Amino acid sequence: MEAKFISHDDTTGWLDALSEQHVVLAPMWDNTVVTFRPHVKGRTPVLDRMPVLPPKEGVFPQNEMLLKYKYDKDPENLDRTSVQVKETLPQDTAVVVGARPCGTRGMTVFDRVYNCEKIRDPYYVGRRENTLFVTVACTRIESTCFCHDVGSHPADAEASDVLLVPVAGGYVAEPVTERGNALLDSPFFAPAGERSAEAAEVKEKNRAKLPAAHDYTGCGEKLMDRFNDLAFWEEQSAKCISCGACTYLCPTCYCFNITDESVGLTGKRLRTWDNCMSFQFTLEGSGHNPRPTKAHRLRNRVNHKFAYYPDLHGGAIACCGCGRCIKSCPVSVDIRAIVRAAQTYTPKPAPEGGDER
Amino acid sequence: MNANPILPDMATIIEVVDETPNIRTFRVRLNDESRMQGFSFMPGQVGQLSAFGFGEATFVINSSPTRMDYLQFSVMRVGEVTSRLHTLKEGDSLGVRAPLGNWFPVDEMRGKDITFVAGGIGMAPLRTLLVYLLDNRKDYGKITLLYGARSPRDMAYQEDVREWRERDDLDVVLTVDAPSEGWGESPQERVGLIPHVLTDINPSPENAVAVTCGPPIMIKFTLQALKKLGFADDQILTTLEKRMKCGVGLCGRCNIGTKYVCVDGPVFKYSELKDLPDEL
Ligand SMILES: Cc1cc2nc3c(=O)[nH]c(=O)nc-3n(C[C@H](O)[C@H](O)[C@H](O)COP(=O)(O)OP(=O)(O)OC[C@H]3O[C@@H](n4cnc5c(N)ncnc54)[C@H](O)[C@@H]3O)c2cc1C
Ligand code: SF4
Ligand code: SF4
Ligand code: FES
Repeated sequence: MEAKFISHDDTTGWLDALSEQHVVLAPMWDNTVVTFRPHVKGRTPVLDRMPVLPPKEGVFPQNEMLLKYKYDKDPENLDRTSVQVKETLPQDTAVVVGARPCGTRGMTVFDRVYNCEKIRDPYYVGRRENTLFVTVACTRIESTCFCHDVGSHPADAEASDVLLVPVAGGYVAEPVTERGNALLDSPFFAPAGERSAEAAEVKEKNRAKLPAAHDYTGCGEKLMDRFNDLAFWEEQSAKCISCGACTYLCPTCYCFNITDESVGLTGKRLRTWDNCMSFQFTLEGSGHNPRPTKAHRLRNRVNHKFAYYPDLHGGAIACCGCGRCIKSCPVSVDIRAIVRAAQTYTPKPAPEGGDER
Repeated sequence: MNANPILPDMATIIEVVDETPNIRTFRVRLNDESRMQGFSFMPGQVGQLSAFGFGEATFVINSSPTRMDYLQFSVMRVGEVTSRLHTLKEGDSLGVRAPLGNWFPVDEMRGKDITFVAGGIGMAPLRTLLVYLLDNRKDYGKITLLYGARSPRDMAYQEDVREWRERDDLDVVLTVDAPSEGWGESPQERVGLIPHVLTDINPSPENAVAVTCGPPIMIKFTLQALKKLGFADDQILTTLEKRMKCGVGLCGRCNIGTKYVCVDGPVFKYSELKDLPDEL
């Protein structure tokens, strides 16, 4: 496999060609946000920044049909109906272009849950196997980025099929998988030649821009030490307005809801992204709610990513460090700060005099 | 379960039994005869019933694997899906995803005395286990059933209860919250809250297991009563109810810390529950 070069001007033509064979999802402006949309021929993708929405859309769409159903009335006995149900497994092949390394790597968090010994979700696995990721290495490091804290870096190609490295005039396209390599078999590409050295430099330079990595080792235990300290969680969640932006925009959040939508006698069962920060998420019939306040819900969200998931999946943190939840939170809740607060927690000193020991 | 764990099997209702004003029992068979023949489950496992257009909800398979003529589910009407299910009649179709979750440790329980403590719809998960034990009667010690409901008419499984009361290898005590006409003529019929009656029955914790299910408040006081009677935490079994959607460990709805009630439960020993983070 050999690195290639594509000029800025040619990327749109390349996507046009790819979209003849695949569903191509590429970053587009939608009002004020950049989101992944099916590529429209001739339209230039927005490849110079991190899309606000996560690339999981390509494999785990915000709305996904699980099955169709149809009621049939028995003409002999109008009181009686039967139901026909049809499984709607995904058929398309797709290419997600313009994700960042963090977002693409987020798919590995799904993989351990949706395609493991215990269960194989055929919708997820179907899309995952038929979706290629063309990822753009980061050159603009933001204050909210912390991919390096969770074991990654701005040119990480994990879970990618092709890595595009921005160089003067275009991108060096580094194939990561055989299938990714096949995408580069196109007249829009030229051999990278000397530009490969430039790409290596770009990668090195941006990696060096990040501050020293924070060490999350042992954070799960520290978070669990605070589990029953509701005051801690109330303080961390004080500003939260339970809007759910952090969950919907997160590349690793994989919770969903299932709902039926009928029109007349036919309909479909859908799965949609869901939001654990909402009161309704765990509300039970008796009125009892195991996570009744935003403190309980934020505790679950943070613990799921930094304590429960690592505990279940060999230490892997279920956060790719993209910073979307920090950047998009209307009240600046910062997940990094919460985990650090648990890691460095020291009991407040007693108000005066008294020695509690 | 299906190769696609989210795709229900189609099933047909062969009988509907009105249990109480708000609980209805459905006996169903999978339409695919070979899948019905091959269906196997253990007492305590659950299923997701689909009313297409309304959604899915979780119910314990309350028939016993020792009697496979049909799968039985009892549905208390509380909301959208359960109300829709209540409109279904014999011959109607519905979707079934089953079996899901874990089950009662019937092998570990062998040779022991078993005390059942059920409140209201909590009788459903205990019914499957009770029938299973009765069908394997010689493998188990003394079996006691304490079943409580608000009033006599809120007591489900009347037909079973009648039969159980007559057996001499099973002790049955029924209780209702308040005195009611015609109730209390037999010593099997009591008035009073379940934990009080349980204390009264005074089951021995020696080589015994207690199995309890019911509303949270009843479970809470029943646990206290069992502890007072000397039952250790690992001698008490209960089944948990959590809001569930997928039933297969994906949707993230039902977790208590690292445990997912849909796959690691719904059956838990009290000793296991105590180790979970406090988020019941
Ligand atoms: C393991 C397990 C076994 C169960 N076994 C039985 C059974 O044998 N018989 C029976 O009648 N019920 C059983 N339930 C409860 C049953 O699943 C819910 O009552 C049902 O899902 C409500 O559906 P609905 O659409 O009618 O209610 P909705 O319209 O969705 O909601 C009505 C109310 O019920 C709440 N609710 C929804 N789902 C649940 C749930 N799973 N648990 C608690 N509250 C919920 C909602 O928050 C709402 O307040 C069981 C639940 C679990 C988790
Ligand atoms: S938790 Fe926040 S930083 Fe981590 S992956 Fe999700 S959105 Fe990105
Ligand atoms: S984005 Fe911020 S305010 Fe909204 S639910 Fe998440 S933490 Fe709360
Ligand atoms: S019900 Fe979906 S994870 Fe348990």
